[in-house]
Amino acid sequence: MADLWADFIIGHVNYWLFTVLMMTGLYAVVAKGNFVKKIIGLNMFQSAVFMLYISMGKVDGGTAPIFPVDMKIDPATVYTNPLPSVLILTAIVVGIATTALALALIVRIREEFGTIEEDDILEMETAMAAEENRLHGQTMGGRA
Amino acid sequence: MAAETMAAGGTEHAAQMAHVALTLADQLPVLQVLVPFLAAPLLVLIGSKRLAWPIAYGATTVAFVISILLLLRVIGGEVISYHLGGWAPPLGIEYRIDAANAFVLFLVTGIATVVMPYARVSIAREVPEQHTTLFYAIFLLCLTGQLGVTITGDAFNVFVFLEISSLATYALVASGAARDKRALTAAYDYLIMGTIGATFFVIGLGLLYMVTGTLNMADLAERLADQTGNRTVRAAFAFIIVGIGLKAAIYPLHLWLPNAYTYSPSAVTSFLASTSTKVAVYVLLRFMFSVFQPQYLFEVKTLEFIIIPLALLAMFAASIIAIFQTDLKRLLAYSSIAQIGYMLLGIGFLTQTGLTAAIVHLFNHGITKAALFMGVGAIVLRNGGSFMDRIAGAGKTMPWTSAAMVIGGMSLIGVPGTAGFVSKWVLVQGALEMGWWPVALLIVLSSLLAVIYVWRMVEAMYLMPPPKDVVAREAPLMMLVPIWIMAGSCIYFGLNTDLTMAAATSAAKGFMAGSAGMMLH
Repeated sequence: MADLWADFIIGHVNYWLFTVLMMTGLYAVVAKGNFVKKIIGLNMFQSAVFMLYISMGKVDGGTAPIFPVDMKIDPATVYTNPLPSVLILTAIVVGIATTALALALIVRIREEFGTIEEDDILEMETAMAAEENRLHGQTMGGRA
Repeated sequence: MAAETMAAGGTEHAAQMAHVALTLADQLPVLQVLVPFLAAPLLVLIGSKRLAWPIAYGATTVAFVISILLLLRVIGGEVISYHLGGWAPPLGIEYRIDAANAFVLFLVTGIATVVMPYARVSIAREVPEQHTTLFYAIFLLCLTGQLGVTITGDAFNVFVFLEISSLATYALVASGAARDKRALTAAYDYLIMGTIGATFFVIGLGLLYMVTGTLNMADLAERLADQTGNRTVRAAFAFIIVGIGLKAAIYPLHLWLPNAYTYSPSAVTSFLASTSTKVAVYVLLRFMFSVFQPQYLFEVKTLEFIIIPLALLAMFAASIIAIFQTDLKRLLAYSSIAQIGYMLLGIGFLTQTGLTAAIVHLFNHGITKAALFMGVGAIVLRNGGSFMDRIAGAGKTMPWTSAAMVIGGMSLIGVPGTAGFVSKWVLVQGALEMGWWPVALLIVLSSLLAVIYVWRMVEAMYLMPPPKDVVAREAPLMMLVPIWIMAGSCIYFGLNTDLTMAAATSAAKGFMAGSAGMMLH
């Protein structure tokens, strides 16, 4: 039992955090009706992936992967793998761009629909579709 | 930067040559992506409404020429490996071009070049004037992203380019808001689902990196070869398939597609419908067959239990939904989902014939849908809507546009003599080769459903009186010519299958060889 606790829970703590954060974020995206809250959920979801990558690059006892100025590298020094961090910097930039675009869209949606609640917008869109079907279906002799 | 065409295994030798040959022809792989990528900020910096379109059109044309040159070089089975910045893979990023992605590059740039002249008139009407410069810039970025996804041999690079094209696509879809405000919510939905898909893809890549410590596709393939039982690899496989599946609109993951296609501007719909899902299908193929192995697909049984049933479901369910649509644009969007089913079915056969069918259908459906959506766009311009009652009588008021759309519709059904027939013929052949005659029957049956929804369009155009407020006016020449180029290529590639079948067969051969295909020659 102690082994289970030590290895399975503590040993994989980064994966547990990653999984919990990812699922929380995904839940928020699906369950929240407010568009801004959905975006917050999406950000949590992406952050979870960043955690997965960063923890993956960590080497036990490794230090920051920066060479000394004089480039005299002590072979005994262990460096953390820099590649996952570099990849995640790119992914963070992508995430910021996505968030910015999403928020811009939300501003426009608010201007056009007057609300950012999913239920209200769905209702409006259903009404618009019903009106279109009535209009265009009738001119087709009711065959829509 | 240095480039070289090299034989696999001769990496060291090629690395020595790296700084010798520096002709323009060697730089084609990177120029393919760079030309539209640099043209986009150039448009914004110049900021001239008059110059925006010519620059954008020039950039797409140059990209098209480059893709033709690349395709001619690799169609015989050669592989071009381009090392960005002269850094040899697996450390550096590699662009790797074989018959499969050269063919997709050819499709994407070709469609962009044809859509561009069409967009000039169409976009002027559907997008507010102060946004046109930015619109073309975003269009070029979208093209850049798709080309980058297709050309790169680095798995993480796929994600970055995928997000470039996706971000641009969301903005393009939202630019339809001037015509219908639902374009905004369509773009928002697409953004949420697209981001979830892309993030799933990154999770998959992260898991693969954990196991192998590399991101170069060829290198990944080599190190994954003996990892078939590894659960991390299986999880990675699942994440990648679902993530890309969302982008490719595989049947239950298609929910973003109908609204995005219906409410975006006509030129955008024509471009996206014929390229974006096709590029995603290509990525799916690349990961299933080159990174993972065909044998791996057998072992995890994804194809029999997931891909084939979903493909068949897509072919029928989406076609039946299409039959009941009032809006022609939405009808065609659902038909696109059904057509992706054919491609997946071809992949699911896991034979060379099946893959050839999938790849050739990817191309043929691209040109078919481009012709149809551009036709609808012309009708929207003249008759003010894409509903069936606005389409009515177009055969009399817009005879040339309607004729082109009928050709596109025939190609969608798969009438002999059109491009759609070729791909369905190969697909049926693939089914019969496997001895799966019920599947062959289902392919024919679902084509009959296509007859119904295409007939609804034809009936409205030719057998119904035009609405009273519609004046008989043919679409402007700038739109009509691109529509007919696409309709013409539907017939051309239906009669002359040399190019398409040669490229598809060569690509399928490479895929069936698994990772060995990436090392070919």
